[in-house]
Amino acid sequence: MTGAVEAGLGRPPFLDVVAIEAVYGASILALHDVSLSVARGEIVALVGPNGAGKTTTLRAISNLLGAQRGALRGGTIRWQGEETRRLDPADLVARGIVQVLEGRHVFGQLTVEENLLTGGYLRRPSRRQLAEDLERVYGWFPRLRERRGALAGLTSGGEQQMVAIGRALMTRPTLLLLDEPSMGLAPIIVAEIFAIIARLNREEGLSVLIAEQSANLVLDHADRAIVLESGRVVASGPSAELAASGRLAALYLGAADASTRH
Amino acid sequence: MSFFLETLAGGLLAGVMYALVAIGFVLIYKASGVFNYAQGAMVLCAALTFVTLTERDLPFWLAGLVTLAIMVTLAVAVERVVLRPLVNRSQVTLFMATLGLSYVIEGIAQLLMGASVHELDLGIPDLPVALGPIQLSRFDLVAAASAGALVIALSLFFERTRIGVALRAVADDPQAALSIGIRLPILWAAVWAVAGFVALVAGLLWGARQGVQFSLTFVVLKALPVLIIGGFTSIAGAIIGGLIVGAADAIAEIYLGPLLGGSVSTWFAYLLAVAFLLVRPAGLFGERAIKRV
Ligand SMILES: Nc1ncnc2c1ncn2[C@@H]1O[C@H](COP(=O)(O)OP(=O)(O)OP(=O)(O)O)[C@@H](O)[C@H]1O
Ligand SMILES: [Mg+2]
Repeated sequence: MTGAVEAGLGRPPFLDVVAIEAVYGASILALHDVSLSVARGEIVALVGPNGAGKTTTLRAISNLLGAQRGALRGGTIRWQGEETRRLDPADLVARGIVQVLEGRHVFGQLTVEENLLTGGYLRRPSRRQLAEDLERVYGWFPRLRERRGALAGLTSGGEQQMVAIGRALMTRPTLLLLDEPSMGLAPIIVAEIFAIIARLNREEGLSVLIAEQSANLVLDHADRAIVLESGRVVASGPSAELAASGRLAALYLGAADASTRH
Repeated sequence: MSFFLETLAGGLLAGVMYALVAIGFVLIYKASGVFNYAQGAMVLCAALTFVTLTERDLPFWLAGLVTLAIMVTLAVAVERVVLRPLVNRSQVTLFMATLGLSYVIEGIAQLLMGASVHELDLGIPDLPVALGPIQLSRFDLVAAASAGALVIALSLFFERTRIGVALRAVADDPQAALSIGIRLPILWAAVWAVAGFVALVAGLLWGARQGVQFSLTFVVLKALPVLIIGGFTSIAGAIIGGLIVGAADAIAEIYLGPLLGGSVSTWFAYLLAVAFLLVRPAGLFGERAIKRV
């Protein structure tokens, strides 16, 4: 399952993750053997129960593992043909990969607008450029415009998720990594956010890799899905096929189990 | 009554000087979680450099610029050579590193520039100024005004500039800052450079007031209770804390000192700080995370 093949012959490879193994500290093995790919313009879902390694996989791609005392121990990750091992997170953001962290992580003491602006700084845009980018994000999330002056920490959970996504969009990414965007949000808000992601994908060609524990909603929007369990890929394929197959049903049971144990 | 007012006003003005030192700590603590014990050494180093340069007949503005350049270089070097390799270590490790650092800076500064006491005359005559019924020291007023200008400049920096906003973002959530491509080392260097600038201002004012000498590093000891009272993470807290310490110190010295038959100003601020610790452990303006679920 190499990206180049699935994306269609002749296209340059986009994101290619091959047989990665990730550890935290010296000994906690979080990923055993994960391979996946994302083609340009695709929405790919990464589903799996609690502790399956979804977050770790995204961190490996965005090179944020280091900040968690984690590291890649094997395998390779290529972004548009380039191996990413030596790049720091900012280099990757500059090259178009940005991750929206699990749990939103807005800058609570900054206003909504300041939060968004911070996403633009890396590119060193002119004032005008920055203002245009801001307008663009407000275009996608009109609610944020109304709340622009509010401290982000005091906005609702849904608004915070929009801030986190909007802040990431300010980096002008080509691949957006979303970690559990639905976490703790009312279904109607989750639907609103997914609808916006789908439009970003259709209208701007943004590629998206979404990690979600609950597969039902994300599969409606994703072209393909990859199922993780205990740090391994256990299934993958087009969303519709996976949704129909028994493997995912088994996973649902597992996930339901895990979440009731919480 | 006017004597009381005069004591109070004098104390408040002295408090501004304490706040000036405390702000240097707050900047670095907020941005990188390091309690930079070396801030006092930086104050000494700045004052010593400036005085040495003016004694070589450099004009004030040039001496100021050169000193600033040296302080910024020093700050950036400290960040790069000492703190960056220690990133992710415990707070105690970092604190010990800055403790060691403060001796190294003091040692080298004195080795290069001598350990004798230097006069630093900023050309502000220390004459009394009448303000209604009370008389205040002109030097103290100028010092307070400079500190005020510095604080305004700092808040503009944090509110209006990209680096300033990014610094607040990093202080708020380093992980999130990393995830959107903010380069933490560059910002840490920037905040150390700003702290170097604050040390320069503090060094000039303190140096002019009590002579440039080794004991300047002990202004740290005055800043500590200010930080405990105001909170380690708030510039406003540093100022309010400074004013409280300054005023309380001055009043206690006048009214309590004679009763106890000795100087109380060396320890009274700490007594106050401990009392605050018991009531408000995070200080007046200490950060409580804004969270809503
Ligand atoms: N910072 C960390 N330090 C040590 N171990 C970690 C860390 N983060 C995750 N792990 C471990 O790595 C494994 C994979 O965790 P990960 O967070 O990637 O799973 P996940 O699929 O994102 O789960 P969830 O749905 O709960 O978010 C788990 O066993 C977890 O305990
Ligand atoms: Mg996760």
